[in-house]
Amino acid sequence: MQGLDFTVVAPYWGLLLTGAWWTTLLTVSAGALSFVFGILFAVTVLYAPAIIAYPVRVFMWIFMGTPLLLQLFLIYFGLVQIGIDIPALAAGIVGLGLHFAVYNADVIRAGIVAVDTGQTEGARSIGFGKWQTLRYVVIPQAIRNTAPPIGSNLIALLKESSIVSVIGIAELVHSAQLAISETFRPFEFYITAAALYYILNLVLEAGLRRFERNVEVSR
Amino acid sequence: MLGYSMDFSLMQRVFPFFVEAALVTIEITVLALILGLAAAALAAAGKMSRSAIPRAIGTLYVSLFRGTPCLIQLFVLYFGGPQIGINLDPFAAGVIGLGLNIGAYMAESIRGALVAVDRGQTEAARTIGFSRFQTLRKVVLPQAARLMIRPLGVNTVGLLKGSALVSTISVVELTYTAQRFIGSTYKPFEIFGVAALLYMIMVYAVARIVDLLDKRFAIV
Repeated sequence: MQGLDFTVVAPYWGLLLTGAWWTTLLTVSAGALSFVFGILFAVTVLYAPAIIAYPVRVFMWIFMGTPLLLQLFLIYFGLVQIGIDIPALAAGIVGLGLHFAVYNADVIRAGIVAVDTGQTEGARSIGFGKWQTLRYVVIPQAIRNTAPPIGSNLIALLKESSIVSVIGIAELVHSAQLAISETFRPFEFYITAAALYYILNLVLEAGLRRFERNVEVSR
Repeated sequence: MLGYSMDFSLMQRVFPFFVEAALVTIEITVLALILGLAAAALAAAGKMSRSAIPRAIGTLYVSLFRGTPCLIQLFVLYFGGPQIGINLDPFAAGVIGLGLNIGAYMAESIRGALVAVDRGQTEAARTIGFSRFQTLRKVVLPQAARLMIRPLGVNTVGLLKGSALVSTISVVELTYTAQRFIGSTYKPFEIFGVAALLYMIMVYAVARIVDLLDKRFAIV
């Protein structure tokens, strides 16, 4: 048992901050993907013909019932097997994005269903097409009403993004592991990494609260 | 699938190994659930306490464990533990790490249910002479119980899927086994199919249990 010494972290600050930066980028890009695909899946499940909607529903069902880590292995190793060689970073973004897209889709689907039918009837009667009604009237309201749960999903995504270190993406956990392989000080570096995640989490929560307040005001 | 043909006989051959691994996943989940519920009850009681110290401890625990990734918590415990004199085998570290993590989320589920019980219920019970403890035990908890079943069920499903993380500290459970078989067979789709099937059976079982409990505690 050796004493704890947090000064060993000092020379590695650059490495850890770079890792935190990549974690931020991962969260933003996978978050954007999960939002866009969330809407897409929700609309597909609700409005697409059964032959398209049904496979999407099965896909959502499978992705909701299995661990993200397992899905990452499938995407990372599976795509190579069928001849699509994508870099680990892309696999990580796609894996995280799809995983959370499924959760967002579930929320947005409920949001779309909850939009008053009068809104659709109103839009249709003033001459909006089906697609226009969805695009300009229903979906914006559904998204606004479901902003808080979508925000929680983004917060979960930030923390779950740590998992992609397993397929070798150089984010925060991976940076910590690199430093540990040189210093043999897991406790100090993992605690420091945890502190950085905690700060990122606080920043994201504050940002989301502000965003939600703005959405409220614009009602 | 772009000329990829599924090898179903492989899925059959590896199935027994996966069933065994799934039992380990169940074992870890159940043990972590027990630990998590205990931690959650304490933390919720702490957060709702009138004295400052339990409140601070409960709040800090929930905030720290919800504010950082479960993976890091497992790593601190398993890899960092020996530096502060905590030597755990992978299984024990996995159970404790997962349990403490889910406990923080469950604490919020429990607190949310307790807070959701109408204040008038407490006031009325106190007025007719119930003590604080009696009010909690006889009036608030029975009503809160049915409110917390669903959220705790969601937490439990999260725990079940989150248990995959302990594969990173080399606990031989379902995801670890899947990873090993993908590495040795180069058949990711077949292996994923088998592991996914078992995970989904377990998730479905949890959902059914939650449904049953929900009916059992329903106020008709």
